[in-house]
Amino acid sequence: MPLTTNTILICAGGACISSGEESVKNALERKIKEYNLQEAIKIVETGCMGACSIGPLMVIYPEGVYYQKLTPKAAEKIVEEHLLKGRIVEEYLYKGDKGKIVPQPQEEIPFFSRQVKIATRNLGIIDPLNIEEYIARDGYFALYKALKEMKPEEVINTIKESGLRGRGGAGFPTGLKWEFARKAPGDEKYMICNADEGDPGAFMDRSILEGDPHTIIEAMTIAGYAIGANKGYVYVRAEYPIAIERLSEALKQAHEYGFLGENILDSGFSFDIEIRIGAGAFVCGEETALINSIEGKRGQPRVKPPYPAQKGLWGKPTNINNVETLACVPPIIKNGPQWFRQWGTEKSPGTKVFALAGKVKNTGLVEVPMGITLRELIYEIGGGSPTGKKIKAVQTGGPSGGVIPEEYFDTPVDFESLTQLGAIIGSGGMIVLDEDDCMVDVAKFFLEFTVDESCGKCTPCREGTKIMYEILNKITNGEGTEDDIETLEKLGNIIKDSSLCGLGQTAPNPVLSTLRYYKDEYIAHVRDKACPAKKCRNLISYVIDTSKCVGCTACARVCPASCIDGEIKKPHEIDQEACIKCGSCIEVCRFGAISKVSPALD
Amino acid sequence: MINLDEIKKIVHQAKNETLEEQDILIYTLHKIQDKIPNNFIPEEAAEVVSQELKIPLSKVYEVLTFYTMFSTKQRGKYVIRVCTSLPCHVVNGREIIQAIKDELKIDFGQTTEDGLFTLEETGCLGLCGVSPVIMINQEYYGDLTPEKVRNILRKIKGGAKI
Repeated sequence: MPLTTNTILICAGGACISSGEESVKNALERKIKEYNLQEAIKIVETGCMGACSIGPLMVIYPEGVYYQKLTPKAAEKIVEEHLLKGRIVEEYLYKGDKGKIVPQPQEEIPFFSRQVKIATRNLGIIDPLNIEEYIARDGYFALYKALKEMKPEEVINTIKESGLRGRGGAGFPTGLKWEFARKAPGDEKYMICNADEGDPGAFMDRSILEGDPHTIIEAMTIAGYAIGANKGYVYVRAEYPIAIERLSEALKQAHEYGFLGENILDSGFSFDIEIRIGAGAFVCGEETALINSIEGKRGQPRVKPPYPAQKGLWGKPTNINNVETLACVPPIIKNGPQWFRQWGTEKSPGTKVFALAGKVKNTGLVEVPMGITLRELIYEIGGGSPTGKKIKAVQTGGPSGGVIPEEYFDTPVDFESLTQLGAIIGSGGMIVLDEDDCMVDVAKFFLEFTVDESCGKCTPCREGTKIMYEILNKITNGEGTEDDIETLEKLGNIIKDSSLCGLGQTAPNPVLSTLRYYKDEYIAHVRDKACPAKKCRNLISYVIDTSKCVGCTACARVCPASCIDGEIKKPHEIDQEACIKCGSCIEVCRFGAISKVSPALD
Repeated sequence: MINLDEIKKIVHQAKNETLEEQDILIYTLHKIQDKIPNNFIPEEAAEVVSQELKIPLSKVYEVLTFYTMFSTKQRGKYVIRVCTSLPCHVVNGREIIQAIKDELKIDFGQTTEDGLFTLEETGCLGLCGVSPVIMINQEYYGDLTPEKVRNILRKIKGGAKI
């Protein structure tokens, strides 16, 4: 292998690809070739580096210079300046507070420096399609240790002692789950990886599969050994084509290197993995629905008990773990349970990957120790609001979760604390909401999702969520009554108690939790026909402040309904009857003369 | 037109690829739908699957109609899936949807007259860091604005490959 002077790691996660990573890489390659540097510079496409809001991203080593928001033009300049002449190109460097340029933010900026990476340890560092890079980062060492030096029971005990809990939402102790499957009678057992990540706002599983597929293969093989299974399935959503492609390639490599197949590492243990692709049904993330889907049926949940550990796929004992949970397994086996426990809290040890989205400056993936406060997570790591507007709440756990108001941001993030607040950690999606977000609208939004995704098996979930959605729709249209609010509460609790699976049992949570903290907003909608956040279209009007309007005509020109009138250089007026409330005018006004009012004008 | 022999071949291939025969229905349907230019499973193809896999036709349809990614109706050459989840919604996803509807003059579940585009809703695509996001066939497009999405659609209309 020729020695290289520079290595460029370029993020080829889904988000960076969608914002033009490929054209940046092509420009790099073209320029490097033009200067005949291809022997001296190596380009590696890695998995997600986490900072999705500033992609496409790359890091140039040995210096570790972090370039962001790249374009093909930027790439060309960086080759000519940085690689050829050794001069760092400042305009594409990371900018911290007050525009301060930070060439190596990994050390200085909390978004990077506060992270502890276990499940995402290889993301953005290795080429996911190169098994040797995975091995170089201690990959498959844990598999060797488990198969050669440990009995299955010892593997299970190590996971139990580590306190690892399921990262898919429920937080069930992983070691215990393995033990159930191990102890279940039967010669044939199955190990399934649940990669049907569907919670809105959560994308750590996609990133892990795309950026480090071998860790899932290694972990599944260890789990298979522990529970006594010889066959594994990864159930991936069809919406994740890049993940499917990379995992397929990784499976091939693992076979070639003898980490999968017959008599792995000469241990006498055989294991194989197949991919199963979903077809667009959120409920399939529920483990029994997922099993039905693998069996080629409609993805409807089964009655529990019997649990999958007793009677799962094809009626055989089956263990199901989520992607992020599995990604923690190899390091725990290799380093021991106490190593994992140095982070996190007593009941929620280790780290958790969170996906920051919504009204927060640094969106993307972060892995932090459990027990960190929401405030640290949202303000220090997330960088707070991108617009300077007041952050109002954070929505966690997607459609099964709830909102947590800003007053409670000093709560430590662990399974128990968030549940007490009426929210859940869930799969780790955190959607930050600010003063422009209406809580009734947020609740309605999630209910619409549940109505769509309910599989239809249980009446309370199928019909009940629909009625709840209709009531919320009424309220946001200004037609709700105070009785409606009461009905929502009652109905929500009934659906929770009487649904079969997790989807129905948690579906009312977004409504119940917004009612818990923001009942005043609901009341404003029904009593005053006003939307305090000025989001609900039927409850607002756009108005022009005549003292600020200079008559530039920008708004009148952009209005698709042609409902703004006025002479040039004189204040304009909006015809409220004709206004379709699209908001185009507010965006183009440079004088801040247009605003929203609620309740709507007659 | 749909070549039934080719569909038979796909089913046979799937049979050889998988270790357990019972679970190949969804897998096979994916493979077939990928091959059919209009991204759907016509009745003839469903019948072939039913015969070859010895699964009653009603069962095949039970599955076909449950999963949103399968269609029993002809779709456009490009299926646009717009993420309608909260992370996209709070960053003006609504305007992206409106821009697409205005540009193509179709609603969700409809196909343009020229048979080029079908518009569908999808759950979270997991690219919330660059929301709002859409997917056209197998490609992701993120950080969208109404302007950007119009440009993408116009380019495809103009014959650009995606």
